[in-house]
Amino acid sequence: MNEAILSKEAGAKVKTAAKTAKNKKSGARGALEFTMKALFLICGLVAVGFVLIISVYLIVSGIPAIREVGLLEFLGGTDWDPANRSGDPSFGILPMILTSIYGTAGAIVIGVPIGFLMAVFLSKVAPRRLAAVIREVVDLLAGIPSVVYGLVGMIVLLPAIRDLFGLPAGDSLLAAVFVLAIMILPSIISVSETALDAVPREYEEASLALGATELETYFRVSAPAAKSGIAASVVLGVGRAIGEAMAILMVAGNVANMPSLLSSVKFLTTAIAGEMGYADGLHRQALFSIGLVLFLFIMLINAALNLFLKRSKEGQA
Amino acid sequence: MSGNTIIEAKGLELWYGDNHALKGVSLEIPENRITALIGPSGCGKSTFLKTLNRMNDLVPGVRIEGQLLYNGEDIYGPDVDVTRLRKQIGMVFQKANPFPMSIYDNIAYGPRTHGVRSRAKLDDIVERSLRDAAIWDEVKDRLNKSALGLSGGQQQRLCIARALAVEPDVLLMDESTSALDPISTGKIEELALELKNRYTVVMVTHNMQQAVRVSDMTAFFLLGELVEFGDTERLFSHPRDKRTEDYITGRFG
Ligand SMILES: Nc1ncnc2c1ncn2[C@@H]1O[C@H](COP(=O)(O)OP(=O)(O)OP(=O)(O)O)[C@@H](O)[C@H]1O
Ligand SMILES: [Mg+2]
Repeated sequence: MNEAILSKEAGAKVKTAAKTAKNKKSGARGALEFTMKALFLICGLVAVGFVLIISVYLIVSGIPAIREVGLLEFLGGTDWDPANRSGDPSFGILPMILTSIYGTAGAIVIGVPIGFLMAVFLSKVAPRRLAAVIREVVDLLAGIPSVVYGLVGMIVLLPAIRDLFGLPAGDSLLAAVFVLAIMILPSIISVSETALDAVPREYEEASLALGATELETYFRVSAPAAKSGIAASVVLGVGRAIGEAMAILMVAGNVANMPSLLSSVKFLTTAIAGEMGYADGLHRQALFSIGLVLFLFIMLINAALNLFLKRSKEGQA
Repeated sequence: MSGNTIIEAKGLELWYGDNHALKGVSLEIPENRITALIGPSGCGKSTFLKTLNRMNDLVPGVRIEGQLLYNGEDIYGPDVDVTRLRKQIGMVFQKANPFPMSIYDNIAYGPRTHGVRSRAKLDDIVERSLRDAAIWDEVKDRLNKSALGLSGGQQQRLCIARALAVEPDVLLMDESTSALDPISTGKIEELALELKNRYTVVMVTHNMQQAVRVSDMTAFFLLGELVEFGDTERLFSHPRDKRTEDYITGRFG
């Protein structure tokens, strides 16, 4: 990574030097050019620097608790009871890892089909005016703060789940899944739609001219042609869902049970957000370790996303 | 002029919004013959071609009047099944447009759409269509490779094979060789000549020699009007209309 940065920097310097040489006559412009370039470079380095600092900090602060608890016990333990005052705390985060995975998977299972169908509708089927209106609404959905999703979930979803299943309270994995599913819709819709829009019209005409109906054409030609972009939208959705904390903190019940649909659960994110305020000692350190685990998840997802985006670009080239 | 009429236009009018693109076109396209449509750019050749398989339906604001009969049935009749019509009247576009799928799946797409599921049957159709389009030998070892890896001329023949795979009666070709080198063009012309035993071919071309070489009948369009329609040899040797003569001798357009 460092080498890449250095060589980029060197490259920029060489280019700047060449430019300055060309611009020798208008010295003021050359100087301005040089300053601006240096400024851009600094901004870029600041961003890279932050990522580096965060990574290093997470690793440094996340490792001690793992070392103390033991990696296996930490990742594989099913009991999370970090603040046990009777002297026997336990630090197993498996329930939270599984909850985060199940919750995200559930959100994907619900959100992706809906989002994909919406994208097909917007890109191919809907009359232009209607599509524009719906797109506005979707953008709005994307802009709503997550705490508002949590609030609405609390007020609407929790009583509904409570009454439907006859539970004492509606706080559950199911509620979190619904909230997450709605939260990831906008990115799934807009990324998939962009990919579908980019499918050359000639493909669709060829299909129609063979006697396929429009719907057959969209599902059998357009969607496969846009598959990398659609896959990217799914990965993006996964990233959103796994990183979300606020909204699900308000509907998930926040008890570190092994996940099941109708029980209270605690996510990796909500553990950090919910407990950091009062945690100390090893508990506090363990929360950093959870942060590190979460960070690794996100890194993986980002790598997958980049892969898909790259493929989707190549596919259209 | 022999053969039965398979497609008959009677006073066909077409508007794209306010643009009157076809003006009272009447002609009879004979079965198992190659009919060429010629004329300067923008005169309505593609438009006429696309009325035959109703691809114009996809253009918003299009309006059509007059009559267009296919085997005596009104193509624009109220109870026409457009997907069936398009299966019977296939189309090859100017620009080769294979799907971004394997060669096999490109050919199998149409038959699958029309309900063929059996692998053996599909294998059979794929081979036969590729042979008919004179490209089998070039692709038989790479049927599962992407069709986008083929050369332009191969892609166009693949598109012809894809159109043949649904067993159409009529094949519409819109300047299907205009983007190809002479050798590929020659192959596709030969192909058209072979195909006419079993299919009716209607082809748009900007290339007079091509029209002379391959077509039996020629229709000359100008500004949305059908100026002259007749036997290709006769039309090119003794054009009846002054405008036809001017066009084929290269005096305009
Ligand atoms: N989709 C469309 N919407 C609106 N007008 C169109 C459309 N397609 C064609 N036209 C118009 O209809 C007229 C005939 O066009 P057409 O494409 O049939 O010409 P052409 O003879 O095929 O020309 P070329 O040889 O350049 O392909 C032109 O004036 C054109 O601008
Ligand atoms: Mg044309």
